[in-house]
Amino acid sequence: MQVWDPRIEMMPRDELLRLQYRLLKTLVYRLYSFSEFYRRRMKDVGVHPDDIRVLEDVQKLPFMYKHDLRDNYPDTIFTASREELVRYHVSSGTTGKPTVVGYTPNDLKNWTESIARSLTACGLGRGDVIQVSYGYGLFTGGLGLHYGAERIGATVLPTSVGNTERQIELMQDLHVTAIACTPSYLLHIGEVAEKMGISIRDDTDLQRGILGAEPWSDEMRKRIQDWLGIRAYDIYGTSEISGPMFTECAEQNGIHIWGDIALTEIIDPDTGESLAPGEKGELTMTVLQKEALPMIRYRIGDITTVDDDVCACGRSHPRIMRIMGRVDDMLIIRGINVFPSQIEHALLEIPEVGRHFQIIVDRKGVLDAMLVRVEVAAEAFSDKISDLMSIRKLVEHRLKTVLNIGVDVELVEPGTLPRFEGKSKKVIDRREL
Amino acid sequence: MEDAYIIKQISVFSENRPGRLAAIAGALKDGDVNIFAFSIAEADGFGVVRALVDAPEKAHRILTDQGFRVSYTEVIGVKMRDEPGGLYEIATVLGDAGINIEYAYAYSGRDAAVLILRVDHVRDAIKEILSRGGDLLEASAFT
Repeated sequence: MQVWDPRIEMMPRDELLRLQYRLLKTLVYRLYSFSEFYRRRMKDVGVHPDDIRVLEDVQKLPFMYKHDLRDNYPDTIFTASREELVRYHVSSGTTGKPTVVGYTPNDLKNWTESIARSLTACGLGRGDVIQVSYGYGLFTGGLGLHYGAERIGATVLPTSVGNTERQIELMQDLHVTAIACTPSYLLHIGEVAEKMGISIRDDTDLQRGILGAEPWSDEMRKRIQDWLGIRAYDIYGTSEISGPMFTECAEQNGIHIWGDIALTEIIDPDTGESLAPGEKGELTMTVLQKEALPMIRYRIGDITTVDDDVCACGRSHPRIMRIMGRVDDMLIIRGINVFPSQIEHALLEIPEVGRHFQIIVDRKGVLDAMLVRVEVAAEAFSDKISDLMSIRKLVEHRLKTVLNIGVDVELVEPGTLPRFEGKSKKVIDRREL
Repeated sequence: MEDAYIIKQISVFSENRPGRLAAIAGALKDGDVNIFAFSIAEADGFGVVRALVDAPEKAHRILTDQGFRVSYTEVIGVKMRDEPGGLYEIATVLGDAGINIEYAYAYSGRDAAVLILRVDHVRDAIKEILSRGGDLLEASAFT
């Protein structure tokens, strides 16, 4: 097993915790001394850097939110001067104003090192050809993976998104061994390849997928692995902490969050209280070494659990489990919390329907109604109406069991559900509240 | 022997909204596929279009390429006497033999009215109809 930086990655847990404490303490002093924004924030909650005496004292610090970046657009909370910055990235701003993040040379170095460790943990290295099909440009995905992959000596094929047929031709011609993209785009590539008469499994050298930037599931992983004959690894990150930074290791049992890069907490989204390992809550990160934009207790909004045990691979850093949903994606239907990911999990266990779905929420009179649109799988398509009706009933029944609310299901023609090459948009909420 | 009478029908999944039949028929027209007979079965929100065509494999390929869900179904075509009691005769033969008709549709063939049947036991149905003097259309009549 290859390890990129054994001194850090295999560091005994108590040493790692001491390192995190030292980094946190240094960060808090620096921010309190030099940043008006952070000093005011800390004063507002009555905390002084001297109050940080053990690692757990991080809980005394105030939270940061996405709106802190929006409210300070474009760069008034940066803690590095413009002369020190070497790059900007800008988030798409689908839910409001865009947000800008900045990087010093050290910030880029740490980001790249983090990805280098992660890609090595996925089994990649010199001799691999990595096709980066994340968007290049303002989005962090393309360039982030690009420099990490070059750092470990792999050969990068920077295809970015789009022109899928060309991507597949290049994958074959240049003997690509790994692809970094969204899981939905990889499924799209698989479908387009089949239409071209190419089997990803048999006619390419692809062995690994580094997949993320949108929610997916273990069932989807199984489908991708079985269908395409590759190992699929989950990658995690968000522009506010640098970009995609962390992946699973070969164990495929949680994403290693490098402790010297980020301090991970899981909190109760309602009360803000810290939760114990294994408890489900909102992922919150403190970026320990960032110079231009250090986020303190940043409420990322993803729901997951953390596993603190040393991984079977020997790496001592904590792992976060699959993202179960977003605090703000959560739909409340007739008073019941529904995550689109629950629907995805349920559908993936029903071979009679396809991988894609769309949720439409509406209000009929005073009651919420949820409609889930699915495609009938090719193998399950029967000429008999009664067979199709029972597929629909089966899906309705499974969804009701999983969600605890009644759901209508609509069977639609294949290819009519949206297949986005970026982040999937699977919910249409038509309720006027 | 019975195989000669098994006709390959194509069945196409379709959403129940304007323009879907036109999309299917248009694809077949562009592929120069002739439709002899067809029927639409409808349910809540979707339907199945069933068609007898002169080139089932070609029709299947064309529609699948256009993104439709398509399958083959084995059906039989029974020539009916075009007079009172014609349908009764056929239905009685199958009923007596315990063969269930799953669906049926009719079309006026060149020399007789033809009833297209999907039954639960297609070979038994062919044997029964032939042994009781019925007249079945051969699959080759469509090509």
